[in-house]
Amino acid sequence: MHIPDGFIDVQTSAIFAGLAAAGVATALKGARTQLDEKTAPLAGLTAVFIFAVQMLNFPVVAGTSGHLLGGALAAVLVGPWAATLALAVVLLMQGFLFADGGLTAIGLNVFNMGVLGVWAGYGVFLFLRKVLPKNKSSISLAAALAGLLSVPAAAVGFTIQYAMGATATFSTSAVLSAMVGTHVLIGIGEALITGLTVSAVLASRSDLVYGWKNNVQKLEIRSAN
Amino acid sequence: MDGKTMSRNWRFEVPTNRKFYISGFILSLFLAGVVSFYASSSPDGLEKVAEDIGFIETAKDHSNAGGALADYGVKGIENERASVGVAGVIGVIGTAVVAGIGFKLIARKPKKDDN
Repeated sequence: MHIPDGFIDVQTSAIFAGLAAAGVATALKGARTQLDEKTAPLAGLTAVFIFAVQMLNFPVVAGTSGHLLGGALAAVLVGPWAATLALAVVLLMQGFLFADGGLTAIGLNVFNMGVLGVWAGYGVFLFLRKVLPKNKSSISLAAALAGLLSVPAAAVGFTIQYAMGATATFSTSAVLSAMVGTHVLIGIGEALITGLTVSAVLASRSDLVYGWKNNVQKLEIRSAN
Repeated sequence: MDGKTMSRNWRFEVPTNRKFYISGFILSLFLAGVVSFYASSSPDGLEKVAEDIGFIETAKDHSNAGGALADYGVKGIENERASVGVAGVIGVIGTAVVAGIGFKLIARKPKKDDN
């Protein structure tokens, strides 16, 4: 899912670098109000864990592999703002240190995985949390399904970028169906890892989990600032 | 909600907390440092689609392709298992430092009388 240099032209990459920067800036603002001394370490650990698990490509169909994106996982564990920031840190490390993801494509990648993947996943999670029974297994299930959908969402992000500024001339609809088809399968792996991780953290430190805490403390009165 | 129990057990709260973070960090080190060697080396979803449709040709080499850690391997370490393992450990520690310090600074609340 890490776009290399060359796939997408410079103008489109620049547009998405701007969008990604706006997403990160908004996330910084949001995280500043949401994170506190108690939850900040979990945000750091989430970034570390996502970096590690992104190295673990798993086979999907013949000759294809996939790896965790982690946007939905991070959104459930530490909230969508900190999730965007965690993904941005991981993608910057990968791009600059490990030559994974082109440097001109960093905005494209942060947008797809750190903004789109996070918010698509978080949206699905919020919806499912509302309709499912209020217990920890529901939170894990909702997180898993959010993970499942966040991967094709990021794949659609790539397809939009391809349609706007591909350097190649193959049809967008062919790219769309191939990208979504492959990434729904990768999403199954994403769902398993996301569900298992969320249920493990819920079992040991449910007090830290944003998507759970937020649920049980919904009626808490907060000051306006 | 747990205000009462927390203040009573605060001394136990600290080690539990540390244990959780240390376990998570060690698990990450293990995954990136050891398990990563067994990861699939097949092209990932995007790469495969690019190959099948044909736009893989438009990819350019990474500007840092000759870097010391390029492609999750340490330049100069011949043994593949050690090379990816050490690269993974460096990545985990690097991410921990950057994200750890970054989130700590973000979470720091300005004192009321400073404003």
